Amino acid sequence: MIAELGHFALVLAFAVACVQMVVPMIGAHRRDMALMDVARPAAVAQFVLIATAFLVLIHAFVTSDFSLKLVYDNSHSTKPMLYKITGVWGNHEGSMVLWVFILSLYGALVALFGNNLPAPLRARVLAVQASIGVAFLGFILTTSNPFLRLSPAPFEGHGLNPLLQDPGLAFHPPFLYTGYVGLSMAFSFAIAALIEGKVDASWARWVRPWTLAAWTALTIGIAMGSWWAYYTLGWGGYWFWDPVENASLMPWIVATALLHSAIVAEKRGALKSWTILLAIFAFSLSLVGTFLVRSGVLNSVHAFATDPARGVVILGIITFFIGGALILYGWRAPVLKAEGIFAPISREGALIVNNLLLSAAAVAVFIGTLYPLFLDAINGPKITVGAPFFNMTFGPIMVPLLILVPLGPFLGWKRADILGALQRLIGVGALALVTFIGVMAFVSKAPWLAGLGMALAVWLFFGAFYELAVRISLFKGPLDVSLRRARYLPRAQWGMTFAHAGLGIVVAGIVGMTAWRHELVTALKVGESAKLAGYTLTLDKVGLREGPNYEAIVGVIHIREGDRDLGYMMPEKRNFPVEQQEKTEARIRTNGFKDLYVVIGSRNNQGAWTVRAYENNFAPWIWGGAVLMAFGGFVSLTDRRYRVGAPVRARARIIQQPAE
Amino acid sequence: MTRKNRRAVFILTGLAILGLAVGLILYATSSGITFFYSPSEMAQKHIAPGTRVRLGGMVEKGSVKQAGSTVTFKVTDFVDTMTVSYTGILPDLFREGQGVVCEGKLLPNGTFLADTVLAKHDEKYMPPQVADALKKVGRTKDGKLIKEPSASTPEPSNP
Repeated sequence: MIAELGHFALVLAFAVACVQMVVPMIGAHRRDMALMDVARPAAVAQFVLIATAFLVLIHAFVTSDFSLKLVYDNSHSTKPMLYKITGVWGNHEGSMVLWVFILSLYGALVALFGNNLPAPLRARVLAVQASIGVAFLGFILTTSNPFLRLSPAPFEGHGLNPLLQDPGLAFHPPFLYTGYVGLSMAFSFAIAALIEGKVDASWARWVRPWTLAAWTALTIGIAMGSWWAYYTLGWGGYWFWDPVENASLMPWIVATALLHSAIVAEKRGALKSWTILLAIFAFSLSLVGTFLVRSGVLNSVHAFATDPARGVVILGIITFFIGGALILYGWRAPVLKAEGIFAPISREGALIVNNLLLSAAAVAVFIGTLYPLFLDAINGPKITVGAPFFNMTFGPIMVPLLILVPLGPFLGWKRADILGALQRLIGVGALALVTFIGVMAFVSKAPWLAGLGMALAVWLFFGAFYELAVRISLFKGPLDVSLRRARYLPRAQWGMTFAHAGLGIVVAGIVGMTAWRHELVTALKVGESAKLAGYTLTLDKVGLREGPNYEAIVGVIHIREGDRDLGYMMPEKRNFPVEQQEKTEARIRTNGFKDLYVVIGSRNNQGAWTVRAYENNFAPWIWGGAVLMAFGGFVSLTDRRYRVGAPVRARARIIQQPAE
Repeated sequence: MTRKNRRAVFILTGLAILGLAVGLILYATSSGITFFYSPSEMAQKHIAPGTRVRLGGMVEKGSVKQAGSTVTFKVTDFVDTMTVSYTGILPDLFREGQGVVCEGKLLPNGTFLADTVLAKHDEKYMPPQVADALKKVGRTKDGKLIKEPSASTPEPSNP
């Protein structure tokens, strides 16, 4: 009965979305307030209905209601509670419900907090947002109904893929989707602006926080996915250039470009139509990502045959939105008038170069991801595009961009003095040079690329903080003046510093992990030892352990570094009887600078256990840096500028102050 | 600088970066991609030893042997068979009688040295390239002959 309620709520949400798509759009065209006012309650109602359906689905998973086909296929009564809940989005249908849930949440937020938006713009934004909702709700209801019943109801379910029964992956999809779908806001604003034929500073000021929120969530989602791959797949890699990963990287790259071009649109009134185009592309790539992951096309174009309806419907949705948006853009973009004039060497110019390089990087990833699918579709040879392709394309495009990052903030708007900016960065440049010489001189057999990479990381990290120091005139005047300046610096400024510094840390992590990684693969009998880069690993014993829904082989490995006793590490190999699958549980010991990564495999016929171990230098910095970047995005999001124009709250704060 | 000159600078910068990207992509597609072959294609196409390729097929039942930390097994498409050696821990889903994709190179002695072994997804799943390769030689995953190979795939050169 409850499940039917969920299904009914989804159908109602679809109907509400249809109204929200049409009525406010007509209202905005006719300047009819009553029709425009339909948008806000409709957006909230749509959210409440989809939230109901989503909660019903969670309820069915939590109570193990196997009369639902989806629960039967993807859950099991012995599964831990956390994975019963996260199992909701560990499958096609459930993850699509999560997708529309987040979509309607964004719509409701605009409806509830968009008081300072001009009424026609708000009505149009919500109508465009609703049209995306109509497409995806229709997709769910016609091809991926999560509420299908089974009769008679089975007693037990099939369980969830053990690889997905992991805290890292449990929260990876919600973050990723918050990012993907968040870009729909930038898209809706772009389409609404094209329809109105007007882009002003307040438009850009509205687009920026939504893009920032989406970018922050996407950064966390991608970092989580990479961290999950690192510790569960058992070979200690952090990025495989797998099409599924690329599907999330492409919108991220374009969202990064959009974030920077929106600054120019907001502050200088220039690059308007380019910003709109980027907003369209960012969300289009999110749709392409959803298509790649959800249609099954990645396995093979021929896998379409298993469920042709799904792939074809999503492809139709993509064609409609991307094609429609680009036609509208081609028609309306010439109406938009560029204002701010600037010289090629200026902050605007630097941000254009940033955008061009990021777009080129996105194109490289796009081609590398879709070229094998294209060849497969025309029955060409079967190929794999892996790391070598991306190292040869993505790398060389990113390096000049990374070199320019610390320089950009030192360039003034309109017209800048590049020599002056370089002069101010001379100290940071010297530090980078010292790093290069230091790496080459003191690290034995260091590849020169590693030296350059570390120098680049230092240049990025200290360049970011040096810019902050200059801005608050640190050490140039009294300290309390500097501190006061730091306090009143806009949050967006702090956010940029953190994000750019985080980027430097990520670069250091990637370079260190690539250049100084040590690997050991060996077979050990109980009591035997092996050496890896200064560590001695002894297999003390191998035991069995009973988990809630698995049995594990546990290797007890004694670790020593020189004479120092580092204690035991206990990697596991888990066997899930319900799902009939095995899962490797690596153990990682980190000191913040390097990881020791240990995996146990199976026993050979001589009674020896395969043991695989890595020393991953600088590995933790990859995710640490990504977290700092996301933190920068979050800090920037709290900037006061995004709240001004909301006079009610500003007044409330003034009244509170004397009470403190 | 006039407005026209300024625009020319931006267009030239854009074209330069576009050119860089296209050049890199073309260069990388000629050397950065890996071809996928089944054991019979490996035999027919005379792949030069040392070329980086992917080999896919079914793991022959009873062929998995472990010596120290090195594993050897046979990959078959029921027409031709190739011996693969791999040092390390096999993926969790590697099993005899199931689909597998190995990445590595052919050795001069005719065996395949893999540095990566991929066996993804559950027991119902078969890597699509493997499924296609098997379809081409007209076999199902347990080696039985398929009566009618699907119309979309080219007719196999199969006895």
